[in-house]
Amino acid sequence: MNTPSEARQSPSMQPPPIGMLAELTHRCPLQCPYCSNPVELTRKREELDTQAWQRVFAEAAELGVLQVHLSGGEPALRQDLEALVASCAEHGLYSNLITAGVNIGRARLEALADAGLDHVQLSVQGATAEVNDHIANLPGAFDKKLAFAAEVTDVGLPLTLNTVIHRANLHQIPDLVELALELGARRLEIAHAQYYGWALQNRGALMPPREQVMEAIDLVEAARERLKGKLVIDAVVPDYYARLPKPCMNGWGRQSLNVTPAGKVLPCHAAETIPGLEFWNVGEHALGDIWQHSPAFNAYRGTDWMPDACQSCDRREIDWGGCRCQALMLTGDATQMDPVCELSPYHDEIQTLAIVDSHKDDEFTYRRFSRQPA
Amino acid sequence: MSADIDAGGVPELQESDVVKIPRGVRLREDKARGGWVLLAPERVFQLDPIAQQVLMRVDGERDIAAIVDDLAQAFAAPRDRILADVRAMLADLITKNVLEVT
Repeated sequence: MNTPSEARQSPSMQPPPIGMLAELTHRCPLQCPYCSNPVELTRKREELDTQAWQRVFAEAAELGVLQVHLSGGEPALRQDLEALVASCAEHGLYSNLITAGVNIGRARLEALADAGLDHVQLSVQGATAEVNDHIANLPGAFDKKLAFAAEVTDVGLPLTLNTVIHRANLHQIPDLVELALELGARRLEIAHAQYYGWALQNRGALMPPREQVMEAIDLVEAARERLKGKLVIDAVVPDYYARLPKPCMNGWGRQSLNVTPAGKVLPCHAAETIPGLEFWNVGEHALGDIWQHSPAFNAYRGTDWMPDACQSCDRREIDWGGCRCQALMLTGDATQMDPVCELSPYHDEIQTLAIVDSHKDDEFTYRRFSRQPA
Repeated sequence: MSADIDAGGVPELQESDVVKIPRGVRLREDKARGGWVLLAPERVFQLDPIAQQVLMRVDGERDIAAIVDDLAQAFAAPRDRILADVRAMLADLITKNVLEVT
């Protein structure tokens, strides 16, 4: 019998993805200088419509996706967010709303909860209004976020607080832990900025000094141990100062996929920075086909593409070669080993680069749409 | 230190305790990969058949004693052994913030 589950076991088939990042829009009231969206933002007129997203969610569930992260930009700028959450719930997908929390009132939050929303992840840019609003470039944002967090817990939805860490807020880590507890969050993400796209442009304004990074790692570890069972603390490490590369996306095309506002399906949100990759769009292909067969997903899957030094390394299926986008940015070649790895010939170079950038005094280049072409 | 336990720490579960799967955590079948999973914020726990049997009985109403009784009967296994396993498993999931004592 040739059942679908048996078919998936054949060697040519990829195991299905677990998570999907749905970037519903690139529009956002905030202008954070480390935004993970591409520097060339997609405009509203190019966004997938409600029906297209609903079809994507149905196909994702069929493919084996368990969790959907509704993200942006600011996903709440989509007027159809309730319908999209309902679509996730209908297909049994766990829905996680990743929001800046400055434009969702009580009534809308209740509507989202009623539609079946499972979890809210609220970004804060700092632990005080001064720091938060400067980084987001939006006066009054912090107060709105605090009010929103109170509404989330009051409605009974579980709350995660997420902060991207860099030179301008690294000193606030203990305050962020306190803030998470005060707001009744069950989870806190302390994510050091990853230097792609906007953050790469702003590296001279964001890169923290090495000694402060090491101190911050110890602080987070101590808080995690102290608050076990009360607050889950997840940390994303600042990899420029690391010895070993991060297992980027837990391996290219292994567990997750990312759908852009215009429907392009990427192995990670920065993958479009790699020239020559062919990405498929949900408008032209079924999601399952894209996962299995699109050239971009197969480009760096598994270990065959790796340079010899990586292929013979014991950590090849732990690190999965690190990050392809970073290899490209820092060495000019996406098939190089991630230069964060201490075995990379570029390792010393990027450590030096980080130290130099950490001593710069650059101003933020805020994330915003470029001027409309005439 | 009691202060540490107040701030978190591993709970000492009693047979009379009632645990529940809180909002934001979901138990469901994973047809694509086979088996069952517990879905939590940014995390997926793949459950072995034993964990699945335990969690399917966690309904926020039955206490641990009742769950253990039910399991001992269903699997014709010694109650003491099951109690120890269930306690350890539930305590671990409570520490990971995916179960709560009501």
